[in-house]
Amino acid sequence: MGDMIKGNEAIAEAAIRAGARFYAGYPITPSTEIMEYLSGRLEEVGGTFIQAESEIAGINMVIGASSCGVRALTASSGPGISLKQEGMTTLSDEELPAVVINMVRYGNGIGTLLTAQCDYLRETRGGGNGDYRCIVLCPSSIQEAVELITLAFDLAEKYRMVSVFMSEGALGQMMEPCDLPKMQEVKRYGWGFDGKYTNKLIGIFDRDSMKESVLMNEKYNKVKENEQRWESGYVDDAEYVFVSYGLPGRSTKGAVEQLRAEGHKVGFIRPITVWPFPVKAFEEVNPNVKGFITIEANATGQLIDDVALTIKKVLRADIPAYCNPHVYGIPSMKTIKEDYNKVISGEMKEVY
Amino acid sequence: MAKAKKVPESIDRLMGFCPGCGHGVVIRLIAECLEELGQDKNVIFGIGVGCSSLLGGGLETDRRHCSHGRAGAVCTGMKRVNPDNIVIAYQGDGDAYSIGLAETTAAAYRNENITVFIVNNTNYGMTGGQMSHTTMPGQITTTSPHGRNCDVTGYPIRFPELVASQFNVAYSARGSITSPAQINNAKKYIKNALEAQINHEGYSVVELLSGCPTNWGMSAMEAKTRIDEDLTPSYYPVGEFKAREGK
Repeated sequence: MGDMIKGNEAIAEAAIRAGARFYAGYPITPSTEIMEYLSGRLEEVGGTFIQAESEIAGINMVIGASSCGVRALTASSGPGISLKQEGMTTLSDEELPAVVINMVRYGNGIGTLLTAQCDYLRETRGGGNGDYRCIVLCPSSIQEAVELITLAFDLAEKYRMVSVFMSEGALGQMMEPCDLPKMQEVKRYGWGFDGKYTNKLIGIFDRDSMKESVLMNEKYNKVKENEQRWESGYVDDAEYVFVSYGLPGRSTKGAVEQLRAEGHKVGFIRPITVWPFPVKAFEEVNPNVKGFITIEANATGQLIDDVALTIKKVLRADIPAYCNPHVYGIPSMKTIKEDYNKVISGEMKEVY
Repeated sequence: MAKAKKVPESIDRLMGFCPGCGHGVVIRLIAECLEELGQDKNVIFGIGVGCSSLLGGGLETDRRHCSHGRAGAVCTGMKRVNPDNIVIAYQGDGDAYSIGLAETTAAAYRNENITVFIVNNTNYGMTGGQMSHTTMPGQITTTSPHGRNCDVTGYPIRFPELVASQFNVAYSARGSITSPAQINNAKKYIKNALEAQINHEGYSVVELLSGCPTNWGMSAMEAKTRIDEDLTPSYYPVGEFKAREGK
């Protein structure tokens, strides 16, 4: 096991080791340590750090760097990511890779500083204008976070998409032992601008949206087929299956293990990619399962929608889906077990 | 017989500007300067949204069509990672001075080593002639139908003067293209701005006054007269506001 390290610093160092050489962004709690760390570290490795005048400028600077073939990232939290949507839809439209980190904090508007999962629907649906998706990766530990940062760059490059690294404020602020990945050789994408017009572009008024839509769907279908990631346990004979991601997902896994030890037939699915949603995880679930239970850190229940849609798609049966939105924080194992008791006692009604 | 000058290779495609519009002349001057400076195969454009977008269809160079107003930020990113390429932001007044004021100003504030060309036609051309930050006092536009009231909408912005007086930029000028003499003058400004970037002197900006006969409801000749008689004498003087040091 590696040394203890703070989440945001581990994430920033992992980006350096993944070959990122450009960061532009604007401070916001609870993500700021990422840019603080990179401000010094990028200089050391010959990269570029820019403290932008706004999140909008930051993501547009990332567009500039990515256009030239450099591995680029930005980091923020909910309200800042709102401002970045303009740039994320542009990156998606131009098929430029980039990594956008959202250390989620709770609330609408300027929100709060509390750790939460309230941006699930925005990130999984492509939050800007138009009709695009981003690959969305969600870690449940600092070790997993550093591994997913590397993967985020690799996938962004492979599919020419934006990878969103969506974690919770708490993961950025906590410390855990962590083995950092090895330093990768820095690559420059061959298709980047070099000033010589090596890579021809189609005229901006000559684009064919009909043809592009076919290619876009082919690409997204390939991502859905090949890039689903999840962790699951005890699902093949489970009567109830919990679905939860991130730190609440980690807590849920612990609760499931305790419930199993107490004789309850429960299982769990912890999505690691929330887009593409791990539909395949549901194929392994006991066909006679009595219900799915989401554990979420938001107010209205967001993950529940994808769970219900996936039940329809995979199990093709009227299996109830229950939702436990804990608003903010990380629900304890005890709380999750109480949620379970409310479900089996009939006290909690299904959402779908 | 008069000898026709060859069209620079980098813009040897049709562009769809209105008759009497200044964009075509400005683009031609930029392309000529790039060629004369040996930089036409070493250039990346960040193109604004609006009539400036039409440049995207005519250029044979690396180029990124930026979101509305963001060329200053996009070009910053490009120049930082490709310092040996010439990076040019090409924008209109609505793009650079209204929606993009933060990005335009912050790039000048940081003294980014990029060149910014801003075509100022005192309105939003592409969307049909709305009031912009450069619309003149009393000017009738589709969103100031009774004439611009500066008491509540502010006075026209003078960006080259602003950056020259407030920031540590390398070069700042305003040109006009209403006569051959003015065109030659404007070309000198454009070339100076590009040379400033080539020599790593820092941020350079040239604003170019352009007629917009379609939205001004004028003929091309009337539009020129308006620039010469209404704009340059009273509010938008032609000249260098920050000359290159030692030049």
